[in-house]
Amino acid sequence: MTNCPTLIVTVGLPARGKTYISKKLTRYLNWIDVPTKEFNVGQYRRECVKIYKSFEFFRPDNEEGLKIRKQCALAALNDVRQFLTDEGGQVAVFDATNTTRERRETILRFAEQNGFKVFFVESVCEDPDVIAENIVQVKLGCPDYTHCNTEDAVADFMKRIKCYENSYQPLDEELDRDLSFIKIIDVGRRYLVNRVQDHIQSRIVYYLMNIHITPRSIYLCRHGESDLNIKGRIGGDSGLSARGKEFAKALGQFIQSQNIRDLKVWTSQMKRTIQTAEALGVPYEQWKALNEIDAGVCEELMYEEIQQKYPLEFALRDQDKYRYRYPKGESYEDLVQRLEPVIMELERQENVLVICHQAVMRCLLAYFLDKTAEELPYLKCALHTVLKLTPMAYGCKVESVCLNVDAVNTHRDRPSVRFTNTHPLSMSVSLVLVKQASPIINLRTLCSSFTTQFGKPGCNVMFIALHVVDNKKINILYPYSTIKINLFKSTS
Amino acid sequence: MPRELTQNRIQKIWIPSKDDKPSMPRTSHGGPHLANPPTVIVMVGLPARGKTYISRKLTRYLNWIGIPTKVFNVGEYRREAVKHYSSYDFFKSDNEDAVKIRQQCALAALRDVKTYLTEEEGQVAVFDATNTTRERRDMILEFGSVNGFKIFFIESVCDDPNVIACNILEVKVSCPDYQDCNKTDAMEDFKKRIECYRMNYQPLDPDQYDKNLSFIKVIDVGRRFLVNRIQDHIQSRIVYYLMNIHVQPRSIYLCRHGESQHNLQGRLGGDSGLSTRGRKFAGALAKFVKEQNLKDLKVWTSQLRRSIQTAEALNVPYEQWKALNEIDGGVCEEMTYEEVRERFPDEFALRDQDKYYYRYPSGESYQDLVQRVEPVIMELERQENVLVICHQAVMRCLLAYFLDKSADEMPYLKCPLHTVLKLTPVAYGCKVESISLNVEAVNTHRDRPDDVKRGPSTLIRRNSVTPLTSPEPNKKPRIEGLDDTIIREVTPTQLTLCTASHTTLALSTQNLKKCSIECHEPPQLCL
Repeated sequence: MTNCPTLIVTVGLPARGKTYISKKLTRYLNWIDVPTKEFNVGQYRRECVKIYKSFEFFRPDNEEGLKIRKQCALAALNDVRQFLTDEGGQVAVFDATNTTRERRETILRFAEQNGFKVFFVESVCEDPDVIAENIVQVKLGCPDYTHCNTEDAVADFMKRIKCYENSYQPLDEELDRDLSFIKIIDVGRRYLVNRVQDHIQSRIVYYLMNIHITPRSIYLCRHGESDLNIKGRIGGDSGLSARGKEFAKALGQFIQSQNIRDLKVWTSQMKRTIQTAEALGVPYEQWKALNEIDAGVCEELMYEEIQQKYPLEFALRDQDKYRYRYPKGESYEDLVQRLEPVIMELERQENVLVICHQAVMRCLLAYFLDKTAEELPYLKCALHTVLKLTPMAYGCKVESVCLNVDAVNTHRDRPSVRFTNTHPLSMSVSLVLVKQASPIINLRTLCSSFTTQFGKPGCNVMFIALHVVDNKKINILYPYSTIKINLFKSTS
Repeated sequence: MPRELTQNRIQKIWIPSKDDKPSMPRTSHGGPHLANPPTVIVMVGLPARGKTYISRKLTRYLNWIGIPTKVFNVGEYRREAVKHYSSYDFFKSDNEDAVKIRQQCALAALRDVKTYLTEEEGQVAVFDATNTTRERRDMILEFGSVNGFKIFFIESVCDDPNVIACNILEVKVSCPDYQDCNKTDAMEDFKKRIECYRMNYQPLDPDQYDKNLSFIKVIDVGRRFLVNRIQDHIQSRIVYYLMNIHVQPRSIYLCRHGESQHNLQGRLGGDSGLSTRGRKFAGALAKFVKEQNLKDLKVWTSQLRRSIQTAEALNVPYEQWKALNEIDGGVCEEMTYEEVRERFPDEFALRDQDKYYYRYPSGESYQDLVQRVEPVIMELERQENVLVICHQAVMRCLLAYFLDKSADEMPYLKCPLHTVLKLTPVAYGCKVESISLNVEAVNTHRDRPDDVKRGPSTLIRRNSVTPLTSPEPNKKPRIEGLDDTIIREVTPTQLTLCTASHTTLALSTQNLKKCSIECHEPPQLCL
C-alpha cells in the first residue's frame, strides 16, 4: 500500500517499557512485511558520551548534558529521515522519553516537513513493583552500569528517573486532542486511544492491546514423523509412522514432566498433527491456519520428482524461497499472512503448545526470534524436537529439546544453484554456482527453460558457471562454450 | 492408547472416532458454557448516541464470524408493555408508575438474556438500553455475577449537537413512538426525553467507581476510545471492531469478474482469462464507475487473472488481495459440474447436502472462506468508497455479512455475472441496489436442490466460522403483574422461539435493467 511513512514516537519516564514496546512492535511489523526500524536515542547518547558516570548527566540544569542529548535526538531523527525517504522504510520507531511538549513539537515539525505521519505511544505506570522489575531485567545489564554493583545501579537509576519527573508533561486528552496516540496505562490495564488515522495505526493499536508481560512459555514442535516423510514426499495428509507414534508418546511424557500450568494445545487440521495431539490425552484446538504450506501441483511429490517435472519451478524456488509460490499453491509470504491471527492469539495466551509443520513452524519461529524473510525458509526445525520459547528482557530465550526418537531429516539447506538478477526485462542474466554444483541438475535443460521463461526477443542471455571454493578460489567449472545456449552479445 | 481418527465426510475434519462412529470434534470451546462463560454486552449512554446502531452492527459481525449473538432492546419491551406512547412525560424521573414499568421491562429483558445464554446456546447477549445510572448497572453486574456471565460495557459519549440532531432525524423521528407526529414535534419531544435522562446520568468512571469493570468508552463517534480491563479474546475482537467502524456516508460496490473462458465451458475455479463478453463487461464497468462520479474510489481485486483483467479496463489503480481469491475447489478444480458428478459422485451429493460446511477434498468450504475473508471485511469497514471485483462464492460471503444472512442462506445468494451490487449503509441496515450492466453472460448459479436432506448441524467452534443471522427480537409477553420482581428467582420463562424472518432479497437477473431493490432495513428500533 502506498502510504506516507509513519513515525512512531514513544513517550514516558524511564523504565516504563518504551524500549520493550519499540522492539516488540518493530519485530511484529517487520514480520508482517512492513519495513520498520527502531532508533533508540539512548544508543546515540552512548556513542557520543563514551563513559557514563552518573545520573548527574540527566539533571535538568546540566547544560552540557542537555546540549548533547538534544544533538543525539537530532542525529537520530536524521537517520529516521534517511530510513524513511531513501532506504524504503515504512515505519520508524523513535524510542526516547520525549516527555516534554517542546520535544514533541520539534518532532511534529520534523515530520510535517518530511511528509511523515506521527503516532505517539505513551506508557504510563506508577506501580513501584513493575518499575523495580524493569530496572532489574534490563537496566542493570545495560552498558551504562557494567561497572556498578546492583544496589548502586538501582539507586542511580531511580535518581535518573527523578530528573525527568519534574518536567514530564504527559499526553493530554484536551491539549493533545488533535494528535494521534495511544496511552498505555499500568502495563495494559487501560488504554486511551485518540484519532487513529489509518490501517497501520489501527493494526498497531490492536497489537499493543493484545500483548502482555505475564511470564509464560510457548512450545513449538512438528507432528511426529509421517508416512510421507519416510517416503521423502512433501505435503499430503498422511498419518504417523511407527516412529512418529513413538514421538507422540514421548511428547506426552515430556509435557507431563514440564508440569505446565493451564497448557493450551493447538494443532492444524491435518491428520499427522492431530494424531500427535491425541497421544497427549488433553483437550486441543484445531486451526486450519496452522496447516502446512500448500505445495499446489507439487503436493506429494519428492524433491527429485519436482526437479524432473518442473525444473524451472524448482530453480526459481531456490532463487527466492520466501516469495516463491508453488503453482496453484502458496508461498512463505502467504503463510505469514495466514498465520497472523495465530500469532495475535499466541500473544494473548499464556502457556501454549503448538503442534504444526515445518514451513509453518519456521514462520512462527521467525516471528519470535526476529528472523528476516531471507533466513526464514532455512531455519532448522527438525522432526521430534521441541523448541521452548520463553520471553526474556527484550527478546526470547530458546531451548531446544530433542525427544530422542529417530526420524528422517526433511531440511534442505540453502542450495547450490542460484540465479542472480532474474529481472525478466534485464538484458543479461548470469547463472552463478555457489559452493558446489549439484550433480542432479541438468544445466542445459535449466538454462533452456530459463531462457524460454524470461528471455524476450532481442534479449541477450549469457550463462556463466562458477565454482567458488571457500569464498576464495574461483574456478570456471563449465567452460563458457558448453553451456551457452544462444550466442548473443552480453552486457554485464 | 491414542484414539483412532476418522475424517468427517462433509467438513473433511479429522476427529477421534468412538466405536467406529464419528463423534463431534472435541474442542475446548465446543461444549457451551463450561469452558467459556457467556458475555453480556451492556450499552451505556444517553438517547440518540448510537447505542442501537452499535448493538445491531456488532451483533451482525459477531454472528457472521460464528459467535451466536442477540440484541435485547429494552425499548421494544417498553413498547410491548405500554401500547401507546404519549409524550416525553413518560420518561420523567418523578413519574413513579412509569419508572416502575421501565424497571419491569429491564428485568424482563434480562430474564430473556438469561434464557438465551443458558438454554438457547447463545454466546453473547447485547443488552441495549440507556443504563445511565450506577444503580441500574450495579443491578446488571449482580445479575451477571449470579449467573456466571462476563459483563462488558460499551458507552457512547457524544455532545456534538449536529451528530445528535442527525441521529434523531435518521432513526427516531420515524420510529413507532412518533408515527402520529410531524417531524418537528417529534424532534422537540425527543430532545426533552434526552433531558430527562441527562440529570441522572452517571458516566462510567475509569478512575474510581468503575475502575475494575471491563468497558470501552466510545467518544465523539470514534474520535477517541478509553478501554479498560479487556478480559478475553472476544472482548479484544469487539474492541478492534468498534475501533474500525465509522459512520461516514459511503457506498460499497460488489461485483464479479467479467465472464471468463472457464465460465463459458462451465468449469469451476482455475485461473482463466476473460471471454469476449467478459471484456465487454469490463468496459461497461469502467463506464459505470465513471458515471458514479465517486470521490476517492478504491478498487480491490483478487489475485486471479479474470478479476485483474476486469480491473485493468477501469484504468485506475487497484489493489490485489489473495484473500479475495475464489473458493479452492481442490481436486475438483477446473472440472465441469458433470465431470464432478461422474468422477466424485459422493462428493457431489455431500456438497448439496450441506453446501456451507462442505469442504472440497484438498480444497475449501464456505466456512473456510468466511475466515479467510474476515480481514477484508475489517478493512472495508475502515474504508469509504470501495469497488470489490471478486468471485461468486467470495461475493456471497461478503454479501451475507452486509445483509445479515445465515450460513444456511449464504451459498445460495444470487450473485450473477455482469451485475453490480451497490450497498449503502442507511439507518440500522444496508440499502442494496442491483445494477445489471446489460452484457450477456452465462448463468453460474445453482439453486438449492429440492430433494436435499439437511445434515445435522455442527457444533460451533471458535476457529471455524458459521455465520448466523442476528435473531429477531423476542415477542415479549405483556408485563403481567407489576410485582414481578426478581430475575434471581429460578423460574424458567417460556421459551419463545424466534424465527429469522428477513425479507428475502430478490436480486435481479441479468435481463433486468438498472433497478433499485427494496431496502434491507429491519424495523426501526428505539427506546
